[in-house]
Amino acid sequence: MEVVLAVAIGVLAGSGVWLVLRPRTFQFIMGLSLLSYAVNLFIFSMGRIRTAAAPVLQGAKPLDWSRYADPVPQALVLTAIVIGFATTALFLVVLLANRGLSGTDHVDAREPQ
Amino acid sequence: MSTWLQHAPVLPIIIPFLAAALTFIVRDQHRGYKLGLGALSLLLQCAAAWTLLRLSDGSWAASWEGGVGVYALGQRAAPLGIVLVVDRLAAMMLLLTSVLAMASWCYATARWDRRGVRFYPLFQLLLMGLNGAFLTGDLFNLFVFFEVFLAASYGLLLHGLGRERVAASLHYIAVNLLSALLLLIAIAMAYGLTGTLNLADLALRAGQLDAADRRLFEVAMGILSVAFLIKAAAWPLNFWLIDAYAEAAPPVAAMFAMLTKVGIYALLRIGSLLLPSGAPAAFGGDWMFPVGMATLLFGSMGMLLAQQPQRLAGFATITSSGTLLSALGMPGVMLTGPALYYLISSVLALAAFYLLVEMLARTQAFGADVLALSEDVFDLADAANADGSDDVVGQPIPRAMVFLGLAFIACALLLVGLPPLSGFVAKLGLLSAALYAAGDTSNAWLLTAAVLVSGFLGLLAWSRMGILLFWGDGVQVPRLRWLEALPVAFLIGLCIWLTMAAGPVSTYLNAAAAGLDDPSVYIRAVLGTAAVAGE
Repeated sequence: MEVVLAVAIGVLAGSGVWLVLRPRTFQFIMGLSLLSYAVNLFIFSMGRIRTAAAPVLQGAKPLDWSRYADPVPQALVLTAIVIGFATTALFLVVLLANRGLSGTDHVDAREPQ
Repeated sequence: MSTWLQHAPVLPIIIPFLAAALTFIVRDQHRGYKLGLGALSLLLQCAAAWTLLRLSDGSWAASWEGGVGVYALGQRAAPLGIVLVVDRLAAMMLLLTSVLAMASWCYATARWDRRGVRFYPLFQLLLMGLNGAFLTGDLFNLFVFFEVFLAASYGLLLHGLGRERVAASLHYIAVNLLSALLLLIAIAMAYGLTGTLNLADLALRAGQLDAADRRLFEVAMGILSVAFLIKAAAWPLNFWLIDAYAEAAPPVAAMFAMLTKVGIYALLRIGSLLLPSGAPAAFGGDWMFPVGMATLLFGSMGMLLAQQPQRLAGFATITSSGTLLSALGMPGVMLTGPALYYLISSVLALAAFYLLVEMLARTQAFGADVLALSEDVFDLADAANADGSDDVVGQPIPRAMVFLGLAFIACALLLVGLPPLSGFVAKLGLLSAALYAAGDTSNAWLLTAAVLVSGFLGLLAWSRMGILLFWGDGVQVPRLRWLEALPVAFLIGLCIWLTMAAGPVSTYLNAAAAGLDDPSVYIRAVLGTAAVAGE
C-alpha cells in the first residue's frame, strides 16, 4: 500500500509541477490543483498508513493505542483542503478577470512576440 | 483588572476579527459607521499591543515571568492545546503593525477606500492575520494565519482593479499559493518525524531524533525556510515583489512593507527555538548569510535601474530584507538587537515612502493616469465626490511642494542610512556590532562592505530620482489633503522619535534578542518547568 500511495503522490506532484510551469493560466490552475491533491495525500500519509483503524477513541478502557489511527493529520488535511479550495477559487476569479481585461490567457497578460 | 490582563494576548486577533465582521455588515452608504468602527479597532489594537509590550517588558507589577506570556485557548495546556505566546519580539511586532496600520488606514480614508469594494473588512482581516502570525505558538496555526493575511492581501492588491494591477496580482497570488504548498509539506514532515506541532515541543523533540530522522528533519526545515524566504523576498525568490508592490494601491503597499518582515520574523522565531538542538543549516549562517548578501546586492543594483519611484521603493524593500537576512545570518546574538532596530526604522520609512509615491506622482503632468485606470472600472456611488474628480474635499495643505520635498529627503536619508535620522543609527549599530562580535572574520568585513556599497548605490539612485521628480520638466504643484499628508508626517515623526529614543529602544530590543538567544525561557513558559526538567 505504501508503494501505491507513494507512486500516486509522485505522479500527482510531477504532473502538477509540469503544468504549473506552463505559460497558460488554465494549465497553471490545473497544476495547482494536482499539486494540492499531492500535498494533501502527503499530509495524510504522515500520520502513518493504517487500515481498519478509527481515529476516534471509544470502547472500554484501558485503550489499546495500536488499534487507532493518528487523528491529527486528518484534522490538518481537512483545514488544508478548505484553505486550498478557497484560494483556488479566488485564483480562478483573478484568472477570469485577467482574461477579460487583457484578452489573453497567457500568465504575463500578453502574448509572447 | 487582572482577568482582563490575563486575556490580553488574544485581543490583537479578536479585535480586528470583530471589526472585519461588523464593517462587512454595514452597508456602503453608511460610510461614517465604517470609518468609526475602523478607527476604534485600530486604537484598541494599538492599546492592546502597548499593554502586551509593557507586560513582556517587566515594567509592570503584573508582568510575566521571564517576559514570556502564554495564553492557552480553552485552558488546554500545551503541547496538545493551542497556545498564543507573547514575548518582547512579538509584542514589538504587534505594536509596529498597529502603528503602521493607523497611518495607512488614515491615508486610505482620504480617497482610496472608495476605489473598490470591501476595503475595510479586508484591511482588518489583513491585520488579524498579521497579528495572529506574530502571536501563534504552533506551526500549523502559523500556516493558517499566513493564509488569512495572504488571502486578505490578494483582495487588497486587487483593490481598484485595472489591467496592470490584475496581471501583477496573478503573479503574486500564484507564487504565494505555491509557497503555501511548500509550507504544508514542511509542516507535515515535521509532524511525521516529531509527532508535535507546538513550536516549543518541536524544539525539545528535535534534539532527541536519531541520525536518520534528524537528516529528514533538516530537509523539512529546509523546505520550511524556502517558504519563509519567499515571503521575505530573498533573492532568487523575490521576482514577484517588484510588480506587485508597484501596482498596489499606496495605502496597501504601505501595509505590504510589513508583509516581507513576517517571513523574517518566522525565520527568526523558529531558528531561535531550534538553536539549542543545533539549528538546521537553513536558519543559520550557512544559508542565510549568502542569501542575504545576494539579496542586498540585487536590491541595490535594482535601485540604480529603477525609473519610477514605486519601483525604487520595491527595490528598497528588497535591500532592507537583504540587510536583515545577512545581519541575522551572522553568528551570535550581538547583531539581533541592532537588526531589529533596523527592521523598525526601515519598515516605517518604506511605508512613508509608499504613501508619498502617489502624492509625488501628482506633481508630474502624466501622474493622473494612476487614478484614471481605476476610475473607469469602478463607478461607485459617492455623494461627497460625485463628479469623480480628485479635487479636494477638505482643506488643501499649503506649501505642498515644500512638504513633498522634505518628506522625500527624509525618506531617502532613512532608507540610505545617512545621518541624522534613525536609518543611520540602525546601520551604525549593525556594522559596529558585526565588527565587534565577529571580530575579523571575513563575513563581518563582507557585511560591512556590502552595506556601505549598497548605501552608496542607494544614495546615487535616490538623488537621481529626486532630481527627476522635483527639477524635471512639467512639475506642477499638487493639491494635497491633510488626511494624506499627516500619515506621512506621522511615520517620519516616528522615525525622528526613534532616533532620539535610540537608547531605551535599543535596551528593549537587546533584551528581546537575549530572549531569542536563550529559548529555554520560552520553552519553559509554554510547556511548564516539569517538561524541561524531564530532559
